[in-house]
Amino acid sequence: MAEITLSSLAHTYETNPSSPEDYAIRKMDHVWHQGGAYALLGPSGCGKSTMLNIISGLLQPSEGDVIFDSRIVNDLSPEERNIAQVFQFPVVYDTMTVFENLAFPLRNIKTPAHKIAPRVHEVAEILELTSVLKRKAKNLNADEKQKVSMGRGLVRDDVSAILFDEPLTVIDPQLKWKLRRKLKQIHEQFNITMIYVTHDQLEASTFAEKIAVMYEGKMVQFGSPRELFERPAHTFVGFFIGSPGMNFLEVAITDSGAQYGDIAIPINPHQHAIAKASDSGNIKLGIRPEFVHVWDDRNDEAFEVNVKDVEDLGTYRIMSFYFGDSLLRARLHEDQRVPQKKAYVSFPEQWLTLYIDEYRVEVGNE
Amino acid sequence: MNKVENNKAWFLVLPMLVLVSFSAVIPLMTVVNYSIQDILGNSAFFVGTEWFEKTLNDPDLQGALLRQFAFSFTILAIEVPLGIAIALLMPKKGWQASAVLILVILPLLVPWNVVGSMWQIFTRGDIGLMGYGINALGYDYSITSNATDAWVTIILMDVWHWTPLIALLCYSGLRAIPEAYYQAARIDRASNWAVFRYIQLPKLTNVLVIGVLLRFMHSFMIYAEPFVLTGGGPGSSTTFLSQSLTSMAIGQQDLGPSAAFSIIYFLIILAVSYVFYIAIMNMQKDKVNTQGGA
Repeated sequence: MAEITLSSLAHTYETNPSSPEDYAIRKMDHVWHQGGAYALLGPSGCGKSTMLNIISGLLQPSEGDVIFDSRIVNDLSPEERNIAQVFQFPVVYDTMTVFENLAFPLRNIKTPAHKIAPRVHEVAEILELTSVLKRKAKNLNADEKQKVSMGRGLVRDDVSAILFDEPLTVIDPQLKWKLRRKLKQIHEQFNITMIYVTHDQLEASTFAEKIAVMYEGKMVQFGSPRELFERPAHTFVGFFIGSPGMNFLEVAITDSGAQYGDIAIPINPHQHAIAKASDSGNIKLGIRPEFVHVWDDRNDEAFEVNVKDVEDLGTYRIMSFYFGDSLLRARLHEDQRVPQKKAYVSFPEQWLTLYIDEYRVEVGNE
Repeated sequence: MNKVENNKAWFLVLPMLVLVSFSAVIPLMTVVNYSIQDILGNSAFFVGTEWFEKTLNDPDLQGALLRQFAFSFTILAIEVPLGIAIALLMPKKGWQASAVLILVILPLLVPWNVVGSMWQIFTRGDIGLMGYGINALGYDYSITSNATDAWVTIILMDVWHWTPLIALLCYSGLRAIPEAYYQAARIDRASNWAVFRYIQLPKLTNVLVIGVLLRFMHSFMIYAEPFVLTGGGPGSSTTFLSQSLTSMAIGQQDLGPSAAFSIIYFLIILAVSYVFYIAIMNMQKDKVNTQGGA
């Protein structure tokens, strides 16, 4: 049990890093609180696995410190940090039975036999492995093997944290959902810090209370699934979270508001003031497809746009339309009238977000 | 049911069949032919199992068979663990890996009879480094007069020649183990011994099956090296099966008994290899669940 602090942490695989791009993890500070259920979300190669291996001690960070409670653990091995980690692909000890596999981490710390058996049975029960306990791990299928891998991570109840590195990649979708529920249950039951690496936003938001989104070695946002959805702190978060991702328009700031091509878009005066003061050439407006207002009829507020197509996704529809020369998307709910060719859209001010140099401009009234 | 019969695919097997016939089946049938008949010039008499009985009761051949088993099992017992150990100690990457790999492979590149000649010279008391060296230490070493010396030398020679094969196979097997296994083992706090016992050794099973089978078959047929090194002596103390067979077939022209003996020889190798294979494969199976616990 521990609070894990990353202090001025950075990591590079190069021997002579010269630019920020050489870093797999760029300098960051972060605290993982004891007992939290966290997800580390990001695309392939953004540094999430590197970060996980640094926390567990399989990797030494090239700069900064990893602190467990108040103790710097940079030089400590995974066993000294008392971390459990589950990997992307199943790792089982082939010649051992499932029981022996699950008991292995306990036997290695010299747990007395009478304590091992009940604990192994408890974990096997949770993961529904009881019926295969006597079988050799080699002869299991991929799902079962991965459950054994996870079981070995869960079997020790004294660990500082359990780290999961995309553990459900090889599991079939039905079981995936079930196992994610199980992990959540286990988390609630044992109050162990869990950090779960994934590139799947759904997986992250169903498992975690708080999600850290990583992009190009940086942690661009750390917040609840709802915060990531409603107030993405970085354009990448807007793009990566949600399906489809956020709409972005690269705009110029005029005296009255924002200008996209020859279309003027009204924005909140507070945002306008900040954008006006900035000398950056990279200013974007973002809005989620869910928040684009699609009117049934022409009106003064709405822009008239050309519809490209409308995709039916069962309970809702996604309408793609041309705004100037950008292709944007709006979500229509089930019983909304489907526009033909022309549509009338507006961008409600409270959902229109301003990004300067890819980062969100916080607005006072939020 | 109107099932369309199309057996044209069998023709595709034909070239293979012809090839195997010439390379294996026909020669083998010749041997079978000789083993059940007494052939003198143009006349042949059917003798049934007589040659087989004669061969099996020949004390010289029984002795050679025992020596052969002793030899094969001894070199397996040395070469397999030694090969694994060498593979574990070999560097994993960089130029050192290539350099060590080449050094380890070298003995495999030497032809059999050259190996025999090399060791013959190596062990001579007058000009051989090893022979001279051991004599200088005060031990009267001679492979031509002392059976134990001859035996130890032949085993040493075989270990030198063939351990690299096992090492090479194991080295490739070890390289194929994903890094995640070692990481998981560290997370599980496995000792070095446990890593070897529960990760490396099980992952080597498949290459070891090949290694053990190859080494067994090979050593069971060993001919050139001891023939050159000791000529089977002193006495018949290092006369192995194939040498007995050769002297019977070529030296004495006893074609009938030799043929019978060849077949027995072949069946022994087949049977032992099969037992090895089954034994190793069985280690990976689940224990039979008598309590129906599955």
